[in-house]
Order: sequence, then C-alpha cells, then structure tokens
Amino acid sequence: MEYADKLEPRDLLEMYRLLTLTREFEDRLCGLWGRGGVVELPHGSQGQEAIAIGACYGLRTQDQVMPSLRTRGAFIVKGVPTKLQMAGIFGKVSGPARGKSTTHHMTDPGRGVLLGTGLIGSDIPVAVGAALAFKLQKKDNIVVNFFGDGAAQRGDFHEGLNFAGVFKLPIIFVLENNGYAEYTPLNKHFAGSNFACRAEGYGFPGERLDGNDVLAVYEAVQRAAARARAGEGPTLLECMTYRYRNHCEGQTPEYMRDPAEIARWQAKDPIRCFEAYLVERGLLDETFKEKVTAAAKIEIEAAIQFADESPFPPVEEMCTGAYAPEDPTLVGGRRM
Amino acid sequence: MREIMYRDAIREALAEEMRRDPRVFLMGEDVAEHGGNFLVTKGLYDEFGEDRIFDTPLSESALVGAGVGAAMMGLRPVVEVMFADFVTIAMDAIVNHAAKVNYMSGGEVTAPIVIRLAAYGAGRRSGAHHSQSIESLLTNVPGLTIVAPSTAYDAKGLLKAAIRTQNPVCFLEHKMLYAKKGEVPEGEYIVPLGVADIKREGTNLTLVSYGRMVDVCLAAAKTLEKEGVSTEVIDLRSLQPLDEETILASVRKTGHLVIVHEAPVRGGFGGEVAAVVAEKALGYLDAPIRRVGAPWVPVPFSPTLEDAYVPQEADVVKVGLAVLAG
Repeated sequence: MEYADKLEPRDLLEMYRLLTLTREFEDRLCGLWGRGGVVELPHGSQGQEAIAIGACYGLRTQDQVMPSLRTRGAFIVKGVPTKLQMAGIFGKVSGPARGKSTTHHMTDPGRGVLLGTGLIGSDIPVAVGAALAFKLQKKDNIVVNFFGDGAAQRGDFHEGLNFAGVFKLPIIFVLENNGYAEYTPLNKHFAGSNFACRAEGYGFPGERLDGNDVLAVYEAVQRAAARARAGEGPTLLECMTYRYRNHCEGQTPEYMRDPAEIARWQAKDPIRCFEAYLVERGLLDETFKEKVTAAAKIEIEAAIQFADESPFPPVEEMCTGAYAPEDPTLVGGRRM
Repeated sequence: MREIMYRDAIREALAEEMRRDPRVFLMGEDVAEHGGNFLVTKGLYDEFGEDRIFDTPLSESALVGAGVGAAMMGLRPVVEVMFADFVTIAMDAIVNHAAKVNYMSGGEVTAPIVIRLAAYGAGRRSGAHHSQSIESLLTNVPGLTIVAPSTAYDAKGLLKAAIRTQNPVCFLEHKMLYAKKGEVPEGEYIVPLGVADIKREGTNLTLVSYGRMVDVCLAAAKTLEKEGVSTEVIDLRSLQPLDEETILASVRKTGHLVIVHEAPVRGGFGGEVAAVVAEKALGYLDAPIRRVGAPWVPVPFSPTLEDAYVPQEADVVKVGLAVLAG
C-alpha cells in the first residue's frame, strides 16, 4: 500500500486513539439517550468508524469534509472538540451555532467542516460547490463528501457527481454502504450490483473497498486525494461496512435484523481488527490499550459534564442570525 | 439620459461587478458562449472567459447547490435558472441550504449567492411550465432576500446590491420586461434592497405592485386620472425585506389600497401586504383592501386564455374605482 505503508507507528497509534475515542463518544451518547440531557436524536456510527477516521486522517486543515449522518469520526479527526459537539447535542448555548442547529449538520469553517443537511444526499451538490470554489481559486485543497447508500439514490447524487465529473473537481465521494437506508435493506432499495461502477458514467474512477479496514480507507482516500490535488478530478469510493445500532435511538420496537448478520459483522469490527493488526506488528500492548481507553473515557466524561453544566440559550437567541449583518447602504426595509 | 433595455441593464450590472470583484462568477445553462436564452449574458464570455462564466449541465439542483457551496467558500456566484419555473428543481438548494446557512452556522458561514430566476411570468404563450410568477413559494422562507425589478434602472442597481450583500438573493426577471427600454445613467449606482420606489405620486388611491404589473398600474393610474382620481403607484422592488414604511405612509395619505401582482391572488404576496396594512394602518382605510392578480389556475397557453389570465389595466381601473366607491 503506497500511502498506508508510509504511516509511522505514531500515526497508526493516533488512528487507533481516534477510533477508540469515536466509539466511546457514540457508546456513551447512545447510552445517555432517554435518560435526560441528550436532546438531539443520536444516529450512532458504531461499526462504521474506520471510514471517517481513515478518510480524514492526514487531510489538511483547509481540506473540507462534508459529513454524513454517521461520521462522528470526521468531526473528531478534524479537531472539533468533543465538548463542543456534546454541548450541541445537549442543546446548549456553548454548542455550535449557540444551540440554533443540531450537531448532525454542524459546520466548523476554521477546521474544514462544511455545513451539511438533514435532507440526506442533498448536500452532495453543495460539497461539489466547495470543490468548484477550490478549482476557481486555483487552490489544491480537496473536499471529502460522505454519504450512505440511501443518499446515493437521491437525484442529487446524479446531478452532483455528473457536475463534478464534467468540471474535474477536486472532490472524493465516500459512500458508506452499510446495507441499510434507515430500515430498508440494500436489496430492497437497490437493484444494481454495486455503486462504485456508477463512477464510470461520470467519467472518473470508482472503487469498492473494505470500509472496516481503516488502512484500506486511508490508502484509497490518499490515492484519490493525490489525483484530486493534481487536477485529475473526482473519485467515488464505496466503503462496505455495517451499522450496529438502529438508524437512530429511541425506535421501538427494536428493528429486527438477523442476529447472524450482526455477528458476522461484529467479527469484522473495525476497531478490534485494527487492534489485532497493531498487536501483531508489536505496536500495541495491553498497557497502551488501557491508557487509550481510559483517556477516551475521561475525555467523553468531561464533555458530558461540560454539556450538562452549560446553560441553554436564552430565548433572545432565537431571533438572531437569520441574516448576516448587512451594509445599510445595500439593504433597507424591514425583515419580517 | 441614455436609454437601454432591461436585459442590457442586467448585463451591465454583471459585467461591472465581475470587473470590480474577482470573486464574482456566473454559471447556468447556455449562459456562456450562447449568451443565455434571453441574451442577458451575451458577450460576457468574450470579456471574462471560461473561468468566470461557464455553462453547466441541465441540473438546476446541482448548479444552484454548487453555487451555494462556492458561496460558503468565499466566492460570489451568480447562478441563472433559465426559467423561474425551474426553481422547483433547485428548491432544496435554496430553501434548505442557502436560506439557512447563516442561522445554522451561528453566523460563522454566509452564502452570498445571487440566484437569477430568469424569464418569469406570462405573456409569451409559453405554457404552464415557462410562465409562472412563482415568488410566493419563496417569500415565506426566512433567510432569503427577494427582489423583482420593474425597470432597467432598478434592475441594474438592485442586481449590484444583490451581488454585494452577504445574504442569498433571489432575483426575479420578468420575461416581458427584457426588451423594455428605460433610462440608465452611465455611472456607478446602487439601488438598495428592501427600499420601495414611488413610481407615481397621488392622493386618493394607493396601488402597490412589483415586477411587470408596475407598468400596468401606471397605465391604470393615467386612466384613473381622467376620472379625477389621483393615484399613487408604489413599486415594492423588493418583497423581502419589505419596505413597510413606504406602503403605510401612502395608505395613511390615500385611505384606499389595491395590491396588484401577476401571481394568483390566493396565497400571493398581496395577502402579506394587506395583512401589514390591516395590522398597522387599519384606522386610516376608508374602504376594504382589494387585490388584483391571476385566477386560481395554472398559466394557460392559448392567446385568448393567457391574455385573460394576466391582470390588465382595465382590471386595475375597475377595482380601483370600486374601492374608491367604498
């Protein structure tokens, strides 16, 4: 592997730490749901963490990511503080946008996180537009756009990918194929054999890969990034994975999936697999593992405490910010 | 003063802003070498080249969505939706992205995009999908700025303001106005967004309108003058922000209000104007407020039908006299 082989042991251990922290965040969050505090409906990414971590590791700060509903790891790798995320989830004023928007689609322009959308898949053209801006500005930054197999059925997938292909934009489409669009299994919403082959219709490469293998994702994204930075255009990466949790918490009765299916994927858990790889390479021992786990627990606990102790936004916050401040020589009249 | 067409005024605004600000670029369907379906952008490609003005696939959702993304990254896109009717295809990019960027980001990101909703309105026998006045689909969306100029002068000045403001603007161009000539000075000027213009002063009756119907109102005012009625014609120019003060001041003076637009009366923007006046100046009214607009049907095709659909001078005169009669 051209790019992954160049990762230093400290990079590999950092990826392991990020995976562990992401899992801890999601597990604690899902555990808290329904017990007070958590206002935002969690859409757990457990089982899919390797995609966000592998894709975002090594990106520049200026590179933009457009997260999906299930890329907690993208926020974490991009450096959005866990306490900021948690405060947002608790609906607190110390969260993103001072409590005016959920963290699902939060933006952090300084860290290269684009504003997403609750209309799954309709963020694709917007991410494409960010890539268009890089091209027009003659910058060699890139955009990484995450979305699931459900989003890939939206018309915006077609419009966005075609647009990106026509203009050879610096964007990587990371399709997290977890086999379900909400509760509908892939074979009930997709008659094709794979999504990667769609890329051919847009004039750029597509590849299906193991989305539970953090290094495979890293490798594919780095290769696509080099292509994008060189002005050679987009890439579609179909990352095969599996979602352990329901589409979202709070759904009763529990959606029934074949236990054998879940067990089969848990045997390929992205974190346990990477752990085994690191142990085999002699890079990880029990002491370090415990240290990383303990640190993740402490950090997430602190984030929860911060969120808990933060105040809710004052009601006056509601009517601020529908419009950016305007130059009075350009705008008069009255906003209703 | 020189007179130029409405379409030329729009083109001048685009060219001047593109020269002034390298962040401004233009994209849409057939806008570059072809110069746009209504020739609004003719010649811009020759001056600015393919990095500043380019054609896109037939993908309104992608072209407006990509415009929003580029605006979020610091550029100043102007996107053309070839017929305003097609805005429905781009509705998500406008309603759920452009309009909400500032609020959802807590003011950290803005989306200064201009969405040119080109060639709206009836009058060219273009049928139900190329003739609508669709502004009321947008006026209930916080975060948007919506303008609909009626003259070449206003078109140029408003477009320049729209390109410079930090917020997303929907810019409505009526297809029957493109060839209309009007006075436009050579030099630089801005028409601020959200400021109405009194196109004719009067003391007995207030007509509030925008877009193509302003000319219909002005013609009606001339006819009413022969009947001894002094009519004030207010061109809103912007629907959002709304210049409430100009409307209210006029109604306080005349005591009679008729709102005229080409969109269907039901659910149209006239209802909002009427509500503002009812809430804030009811006591000044000597008669009930009336609205003139299209009937509650899609825009028809055949000349006899389309002409009957679009409000005419005679309709405005008739309703104006009825209001004055109490």
